[in-house]
Amino acid sequence: MDQQQQQQQQQQQQASMTYQEFIQQNEDRDGVRFSWNLWPSSRLEATRLVVPVSCLFTPLKERPDLPPLQYEPVLCSRANCRAVLNPLCQVDFRAKIWACNFCFQRNPFPPSYAGISEVNQPAELMPQFSTIEYIVQRGAPSPLIFLYVVDTCLEEEDLQALRESLQMSLSLLPPNALVGLITFGRMVQVHELSCEGIAKSYVFRGTKELTPKQIQEMLGLMKPAASGQQGRPLAPPDMAATCRFLQPVHKVDMNLTDLLGELQRDPWPVPQGKRPLRSTGVALSIAVGLLEGTFPNTGARVMLFTGGPPTQGPGMVVGDELKTPIRSWHDIQKDNARHLKKATKYYEALSNRAAENGHSIDIYACALDQTGLLEMKCCSNLTGGHIVMGDSFNTSLFKQTFQRVFTKDYNSEFRMAFGGTLEVKTSRELKVSGAIGPCVSLNAKGPSVSETEMGVGGTTQWKVCSLTPATTMGIYFEVVNQHNAPIPQGGRGAVQFITQYQHSTMQRRIRVTTVARNWADAQSQIQHIEASFDQEASAVLMARLGVFRAETEEGPDVLRWLDRQLIRLCQKFGQYNKDDPNSFRLSQSLSLYPQFMFHLRRSPFLQVFNNSPDESSYYRHHFMRQDLTQSLIMIQPILYSYSFYGPPEPVLLDSSSILPDRILLMDTFFQLVIYHGETIAQWRKAGYQDMAEYENFKQLLQAPLDDAQEILQSRFPMPRYIDTEHGGSQARFLLSKVNPSQTHNNLYAWGQESGAPILTDDVSLQVFMDHLKKLAVSSSA
Amino acid sequence: MMSPPGPMAPGPLTPPLGSPPPMAAVPPVTGMSSPPMGMSGPFPGPPPMGGGAFQPPPAQMQGQVFPQQPGPYAGPMSGPQPGFPGGAAQMAGPPQKKLDPDSIPSTTQVIEDDQAKRGGQLYSTNMRGQVPPLVTTSFTAQDQGNARPCFMRCTTYTFPCSAELAKQSQVPLATIIKPLANVPSNEAPLYTVSHGESGPIRCNRCKAYMCPYMTFMEGGRRYQCAFCNCINDVPVSYFQHLDHMGRRMDVYERPELSLGSYEFSATLDYCKNNKPPNPPAYIFMIDVSFANIKSGLVTLVCQELKTLLDNLPREEGAESSVVKVGFVTYNKILHFYNVKSALAQPQMLLVSDVSEMFVPLLDGFLVNFNESRAVIHNLLDQIPDMFAETNESETVFAPVVQAGLEALKAAECSGKLFLFHSSMPTAEAPGKLKNRDDKKLVNTDKEKTLFQPTRGVYEQLVKECVTQGVCVDLFLFPSQYLDIATMGHIPTHTGGSIYKYSNFQVGADGEIFLSDLRKDVQKPIGFDAIMRVRTSTGFRATEFHGAVYMSNTTDVEMAAIDCDKAVTVEFKHDDTLSEETGALMQCALLYTTVGGQRRLRVHNLSLNCSTQLTDIYKSAETDALINFFAKSAYRAILSQPLKTVRDILVNQTAHMLACYRKNCASPSAASQLILPDAMKVFPVYMNSLMKTLPLVGSTELSTDDRNHHRLTLLSMGVEDTQVLLYPRLIPVHCMTVESEGVPSALRCSEERLTDGGVFLLENGRSLFVWVGQSCSPELLQSLFNTPSLAHLPTDMSSLPELDNAHSKKLRSIISSICEQRPNSMKLQVVRQKDRSEVAFRQLLVEDKGLCGGGASYMDFLCYVHREIRTLLT
Repeated sequence: MDQQQQQQQQQQQQASMTYQEFIQQNEDRDGVRFSWNLWPSSRLEATRLVVPVSCLFTPLKERPDLPPLQYEPVLCSRANCRAVLNPLCQVDFRAKIWACNFCFQRNPFPPSYAGISEVNQPAELMPQFSTIEYIVQRGAPSPLIFLYVVDTCLEEEDLQALRESLQMSLSLLPPNALVGLITFGRMVQVHELSCEGIAKSYVFRGTKELTPKQIQEMLGLMKPAASGQQGRPLAPPDMAATCRFLQPVHKVDMNLTDLLGELQRDPWPVPQGKRPLRSTGVALSIAVGLLEGTFPNTGARVMLFTGGPPTQGPGMVVGDELKTPIRSWHDIQKDNARHLKKATKYYEALSNRAAENGHSIDIYACALDQTGLLEMKCCSNLTGGHIVMGDSFNTSLFKQTFQRVFTKDYNSEFRMAFGGTLEVKTSRELKVSGAIGPCVSLNAKGPSVSETEMGVGGTTQWKVCSLTPATTMGIYFEVVNQHNAPIPQGGRGAVQFITQYQHSTMQRRIRVTTVARNWADAQSQIQHIEASFDQEASAVLMARLGVFRAETEEGPDVLRWLDRQLIRLCQKFGQYNKDDPNSFRLSQSLSLYPQFMFHLRRSPFLQVFNNSPDESSYYRHHFMRQDLTQSLIMIQPILYSYSFYGPPEPVLLDSSSILPDRILLMDTFFQLVIYHGETIAQWRKAGYQDMAEYENFKQLLQAPLDDAQEILQSRFPMPRYIDTEHGGSQARFLLSKVNPSQTHNNLYAWGQESGAPILTDDVSLQVFMDHLKKLAVSSSA
Repeated sequence: MMSPPGPMAPGPLTPPLGSPPPMAAVPPVTGMSSPPMGMSGPFPGPPPMGGGAFQPPPAQMQGQVFPQQPGPYAGPMSGPQPGFPGGAAQMAGPPQKKLDPDSIPSTTQVIEDDQAKRGGQLYSTNMRGQVPPLVTTSFTAQDQGNARPCFMRCTTYTFPCSAELAKQSQVPLATIIKPLANVPSNEAPLYTVSHGESGPIRCNRCKAYMCPYMTFMEGGRRYQCAFCNCINDVPVSYFQHLDHMGRRMDVYERPELSLGSYEFSATLDYCKNNKPPNPPAYIFMIDVSFANIKSGLVTLVCQELKTLLDNLPREEGAESSVVKVGFVTYNKILHFYNVKSALAQPQMLLVSDVSEMFVPLLDGFLVNFNESRAVIHNLLDQIPDMFAETNESETVFAPVVQAGLEALKAAECSGKLFLFHSSMPTAEAPGKLKNRDDKKLVNTDKEKTLFQPTRGVYEQLVKECVTQGVCVDLFLFPSQYLDIATMGHIPTHTGGSIYKYSNFQVGADGEIFLSDLRKDVQKPIGFDAIMRVRTSTGFRATEFHGAVYMSNTTDVEMAAIDCDKAVTVEFKHDDTLSEETGALMQCALLYTTVGGQRRLRVHNLSLNCSTQLTDIYKSAETDALINFFAKSAYRAILSQPLKTVRDILVNQTAHMLACYRKNCASPSAASQLILPDAMKVFPVYMNSLMKTLPLVGSTELSTDDRNHHRLTLLSMGVEDTQVLLYPRLIPVHCMTVESEGVPSALRCSEERLTDGGVFLLENGRSLFVWVGQSCSPELLQSLFNTPSLAHLPTDMSSLPELDNAHSKKLRSIISSICEQRPNSMKLQVVRQKDRSEVAFRQLLVEDKGLCGGGASYMDFLCYVHREIRTLLT
């Protein structure tokens, strides 16, 4: 089949599908969701669309149907292109030549492709393999490394629970993985795992900042400059040195189990009115230094388990005096957070070092008070590590979440990948503005780097030290085609994502996704473009931009920016008569978008009220990496209603949905709330469910529990599970999320059987929409 | 055998009190004009050519003014003095052939005489200013109001009444105090007194403690302090009526009113931070670098500790010791061990950050040996294996001490660190040392730098150790220079000891080391001590010599003090003293016992005062004098050239004797040398002192040995300096198997050796058995189990245990000697004319010095005599 024909056929297919189906199909196949599925053909037009051409990309989206190729990808020979051969390339089977669809360079096929013909095509040329994976046999496979960094300043009960979790995790690790243990409290101990008999550990002062060189020297990792003075031959330095601290699990699991079993609480006395001295900063720097010195550029996970804030040494977040509370948003706004800047800078430097070497850092923080996630978040955010926040290590939330880090996929392989780099190649009309996700820039300059930065920009390559199948990046583009240089009808813009990573089986793999979208003239085809709008993806992509800004800008500024974007979008695509709000209409493809924005404005990602800085950091951390579905749940929680009147149904996230004879199940991603309406709660209290004749009531009570269980089973991190009822204190979780359509302010709703009033001064969706319409149609705006 | 003392000229003075021996010995060291002795030429003879020993001082020397400094060196140098131009080496003139060596005062004779006269008797300390028997004499002391001689000994028991008189006599006024001295088993131990919650009763003004010298008045309601004359109220609880003599009725019921030495139990006011102290802890810190592993030391120490720790010192009457123990090994980095009893296996914690030392663990580092016995045994078994393959040869030192210090700080207790160290700390760390053993400096003005410690970290450490009450004991196993001047600075200022085993081999030196270690660990000791010496008005303590630390001029701080450590205290007048009240001194030592109790030990001593120089000389004590001179000379070499120090020693000797001759002796021929009876043998000790390693400028001597000697002497008591400066030479071949006794000691001179004899020589530091060339085969066989001298192995470190009377006797003599000495001595068997004989001969102190010179006793005496004559004219 001719290439041209193929494309035509594809376009025909596209035409016959709804955009809904097209979007779904693309997501399933390539893990890509674009904000626009038809691209405006000029820079000017693109900027007028308000929402940038951008996409959510899930590099390691699970594809059970995709067998990896056992050979290396064929690359374009042009030095500054190096794009991978893909189904969009023009191929001359007779001359055995292919043309790169990005730079148009004509490349001969390598000798191994001598046998190709129109009927004998390699997989990477087939349209259904727009996403394809290669296994590369380069270099010796390096083992996965898990370095546990454990806080010992815990209550005995917590420590016991943590000990058990850690011991259990040993059985979940890949048997050939290397494992290491660092414990810390007032001091930091690096445990040697290879020793027989006596248990050895290197101890460091928790207050002293050490350079990587010092750390490596003190751990005896430096290759001795001169050979041993007594002339004894030295063992190969790398193995001898590293073996002591990082050992294959299968060799040391007994040893390590014992070691963990004997793990004691930090023995230094904690005087009354003081916090325990916790040297988290030094412990992390030693972990990073150790890996840096022994396994640079190898997949490794530092797993930090901490039960409180760092209280001494570099990276300290709060002093040990209990009378000085840990910083709140209020303190930060008043510039009263003494350690904030210094600590943040310290952890950022550490994270960058870790990221440079492809090592990721997980933080498992379990405490009732804050633990300093605000300062430490970059450790995970920049290295692709997890953050898990809980009240105690002795909760199923922590235990199950931690287990879930080690879940396996349909091939019984770990759902984690390491040391990834993501490279984006674009056609000439498109440039890369930046990426938002758990990544750092690799500073790869090139012709396709845009000058307009969105997120982490100035590069076409990013390092993603740790990836899961759910890890999703937001990638932002800039259309650079000038208005006066029209693209011929039917022209297509293409983007290629090349993700190189270390698979959990230790193989190096490269996944290549090549996608293309049609260009459209925004003037003549604005309806088509409007129809191609993916409002879900766009909401998430704009939200990521907003949250990204919120990290550095004042909250109200970000909200204003978001509002302005929304108004502009409505102005552009709404149908209305000037200055007549009632005439305002939005087409179906945009109809949900304002509602997403309404909930986003209220979300903990942009509102810090009622959240500690740690919680904000935690919520933002997860928001910046989850895929579209989860992100949408975070923005606008899902509410299901259970009643005797029919099967469970999704209902509006609105106070009107709170009815006495209903059970509600709300999923906010972070919390699962089961709310029993007033009547249901009374019945339950009266014990009807235990009576044989009210079996149906029992089933009704059980239904949301079963559904919740299903969500609990699969989500990472495990959500906080809340079972509450009308009037219960925990009901606030539900009440703070629903649209306050009935409040104490609109009294007319009182006494009606149509929902529950919310005691809030927040505006309701109705008010929000009214304002939006007014502003959108205003001729002065 | 020793011949009786040579003919003595009749004493020029009438004996003042009854009939004690003549006050002055007039030995026949007389010039030509003194026919009885028949010296061949006029004394001093013409300067021997080339030697120049007794050359008159060159003109330019006449006006030499030496730097003023405290101590005995200030006095004699104030005016033009004849110098002592030649070094000690040059004093070795040609032997004075005709002078009979037996005729000059003999130390052995003096010792024997005193033993004969006062040995075995009861010495009651009930009289003010009475002179005790010599240290070498065995007697029983009974405390009757003055501290026994084992605790305090004075250079003279009669103080001159005025500063002028003191200056005139040049006799130093000093007391050597050994506050925790072992009390012989046949004497009464000290009583402990408690004055209740308010603490010991003290004078309100000078804070002197209640003692027998306080005078009660007004029917017992008040008392007058004997030291400052302040009148104090007697606390109601302490009130007691007085008898017709004005003494309290309860005088004999209260030790503090009737005895010279006693202890108070201290109240919280006397404790750090007003908290009762924790029991002390002992930390064993073993250098596991290549050298110590190779020599087998590490294995040896670990094996020994397993049993040794059962014998930790404990409070009198206590069932077991409460001293906690901890373990550290180290080379370039430190390894701490968690030996908590709950552990199945010890845990090792490595600290490689030596730049800022810290203790990595609190719980489980310091433990009770009995409770953690199994874990500790396990650890001690594993240590040698763990490092068996080491090739680390670099060590750190200061961080190790710092670590011990921090550990004890964290545990809030005092204690002792035992360091087993092999080499100069050259690894990159605080206190890193460089080789500064520059032999070119010997005999120059800069020689003193060889004795001075490297400053900085070490000084800081000393200060911190003393504050915390951390005593450091150094066991050194060097194969080359390791800068003892610096490393020894810490033990010598924290009340610790330095032991040195050069080129250590388990076979040859193991037993000696172990016996030192055992003694050291088991020694009675007090921690976190502070000593104060109070005196009655008119004089005061000015200088303190010993293993002490002084942060001000009155408080003597000691991280620890054991039963062998003595402090020499020098006194100066600041007013006139009255003959009537005499001179009183009270030494109070506040310390923590090994059981963790805070105690105050008080020693009181009363001396006479006199306006008569005769009295001062009469009550002088040579052994104490020499202790004082040795310590002050060893201190002086830190700041002055050796030559100056030696000159001062000679000059002061001459001056003291000249003063006696001028003021006390009856007129006699100028050529006669007249010595005060109590100081008859003073010159031989002085001469011997000048021949000790630190004071001999010779490039052949090891700088470390000189420093070791110097630092060790600084804390010695009178017994130790006596035997060190006049070793015991025992003719083994003369011993009679039948009797209990030990053959009388001989004078330390080559002339006393006989080719056919076997001699034992001992000075508290070394122990020699010298075998003459024509020793009888029977004796060889019975002592050494060898048929002939040629078969005699010279690397013997102990005598074979043979089942014959001679062997048994000799071994029992040796073991009884070793028991008396604070440290063990390595036995060296020397054959006459062997090369190894040099070390032996060096201890024959009456002879010319071998290594680097030193005058013979005879020559020295002649020279001193000449100096006296110059002074008198």
